[in-house]
Amino acid sequence: MMERTGWKMRLGVLLNEGGPWGRKGGGGSSSGGSGGGSGGGGGDDSGGGGGPRNPWSQPPGGGKPRGPRGNSALDELINNLRARFGGNFPAGGNNGTMIRNALIAAGFLWIVLTCFWQIGPQQEGVITRFGKYAGKLGPGIGLTLPSPIDHVQKVDIQAINKFDIPDAAGENLILTGDQNIVDLGYSVRWGVRRSELFLFQLAKPEDTIKEVVESAMREVMSQTSVKDALGPGRGTIEQRVAERAQQVLDHYRAGVSIRGVAISRAVPPAPVVEAFNMVTVKQQEKQANINNANTYFQQVTAKASGEATAFDKVYEQYRLAPGVTRRRMYYDTMEAVLANSDKTIVEPNSIAPYLPLGSNKPRVSVEGAAK
Amino acid sequence: MSYDNPSFIERIAQNPVPWIVTSVAGLFLLFSTVSVVPETRQGVVLRLSKPDRIINGYHKGEVFGETGAGLIAKIPFFEEIIWIDKRILDIDMDPQQVLSTDQLRLNVDAYARFRIVDPLKMYTAARTSDSVATALRPILGSALRNELGKRQFADLLSPERDRVMDSIRGRLNRVAAQYGAEIVDVRIKRADLPDGSPLESAYARMKSARTQEALTIEADGFRQAQIIRAEADAKAAQTYAAAFGKDPEFYDFYRAMQSYKVTFIGVNGEAPKGNTSFVLAPSNDYLREFRGGK
Repeated sequence: MMERTGWKMRLGVLLNEGGPWGRKGGGGSSSGGSGGGSGGGGGDDSGGGGGPRNPWSQPPGGGKPRGPRGNSALDELINNLRARFGGNFPAGGNNGTMIRNALIAAGFLWIVLTCFWQIGPQQEGVITRFGKYAGKLGPGIGLTLPSPIDHVQKVDIQAINKFDIPDAAGENLILTGDQNIVDLGYSVRWGVRRSELFLFQLAKPEDTIKEVVESAMREVMSQTSVKDALGPGRGTIEQRVAERAQQVLDHYRAGVSIRGVAISRAVPPAPVVEAFNMVTVKQQEKQANINNANTYFQQVTAKASGEATAFDKVYEQYRLAPGVTRRRMYYDTMEAVLANSDKTIVEPNSIAPYLPLGSNKPRVSVEGAAK
Repeated sequence: MSYDNPSFIERIAQNPVPWIVTSVAGLFLLFSTVSVVPETRQGVVLRLSKPDRIINGYHKGEVFGETGAGLIAKIPFFEEIIWIDKRILDIDMDPQQVLSTDQLRLNVDAYARFRIVDPLKMYTAARTSDSVATALRPILGSALRNELGKRQFADLLSPERDRVMDSIRGRLNRVAAQYGAEIVDVRIKRADLPDGSPLESAYARMKSARTQEALTIEADGFRQAQIIRAEADAKAAQTYAAAFGKDPEFYDFYRAMQSYKVTFIGVNGEAPKGNTSFVLAPSNDYLREFRGGK
């Protein structure tokens, strides 16, 4: 009982005042006050202060003689021990003490290293107790039983992993539902949804995800026409592949969620690209043709409507005074026509006069153009 | 035994050999008695080479944390554990060439996922899960060939595919059961036309289909354009007829006047090509007054 409380006290002392660096030094220089208390872990046997300073023990100035308390708590402890065991610890490191302290240190280190787990904000820690799943640790510092009992596997659950199909440059030919072939490249984003399933359920989770998505893509493509695959159907395909792959992975209980499938390239295979381009060209030609026809429509109908309206206007006036209007229009027109031309007037029943006209000029005889 | 008895530790330190021997022996005994069973493995315990019991065997729908994993004890030296993977394993096969009923060749690459559900049976039949996979691989291939060989090529490119897969899975499952395994899933990873003439004829077909489409589009463009033009002409004719039909005789005159202007004067300020000379008889109506009002 005595021993037990002593042990507790000592542990407390070690934790509060001594610390692992002070311990060994204390054992080595039990007289204290000569800088041993603040001596470095490596230099304590020689009592020198050459090693790094012990951050847990005393403030600098170890050479200063200590007060009534004098030694570090650890030194005191060692003294007590020596007294208790009849002083048969030779100063300067006894085998038993060394081993014991080493064991304590090892145990302490053991606990620190195997009980505390730092889980990053994006991670989840999966605890296995003797191999059996025993819950999860959230982000922060998690506490478990020490090592051989508990073990923690950290899984990045926030991370979005990505892979491309095909992995490298090159064609990835896929048959479509109408037995055409499309060269398709896409990328898949996935994340871990349930870390324990992800760890324990599948032998090769990443290979599995890849194969499942690849098979889902081919399945969906086998129900899609080449036109949809190359053009407007992409969004639907992406969504259907993601859904299908998720369904299969859930069936495996893979603990994985497919975050998205993105088609990066959907083109006809190289040998038939020209034919596909031809379709596009012809589509544009068709549109151009239709546009031209529409232009013609506009022009012709506008002209017709303009002429009709003009005629209507004139006709309205003509009806009011038909005879006069008609003659006026006739004279106006003839005047304008004849004013710009050469004119020769010939008496019909006379001898044809010599016409001094350019032989290749057109001749027009106007006879009774108007009644 | 307490750690904090220095005399105990001291005793060890003074005479370490027997202690070390004892503790090593103790640890050895402990490790050969106790085994940690992870979630990912199941085991068959052999007592003197005779299968005795199964640890952490797979049960359908089990939840992690409630499985048989954890710490187990066995009789040291007499019992031995054969570890078997409990996870879903894969069978990946080499691409197979399949001939459909309509004589189309197809390179098919499929995979199957399986799990050992009866470790004891698996152990007696195949010893390791790898050899189960090796045994099932050719069967997957032949099941695939048989099943796809009964179908038309187009069936593979249709929802029918699921039924094909189910059928292959059933076939494979019957064999897998003999090995204590269960087929979780069979899927076609890829189904491609083989290089060479099948692929080329597919390309040729695609090309001709595209050419046909292109020409159809072109013809349709012409058709639509022609219709639009005809509609334009018809509409113009209608407009003209509606206006001019009110007085055809006046229209004739009116149009003649316009025509003279265009012919002899030009439109929009542009003179017509060539010069014009008129030879007029005095009897011309235009010269009526010229003759003195007769």
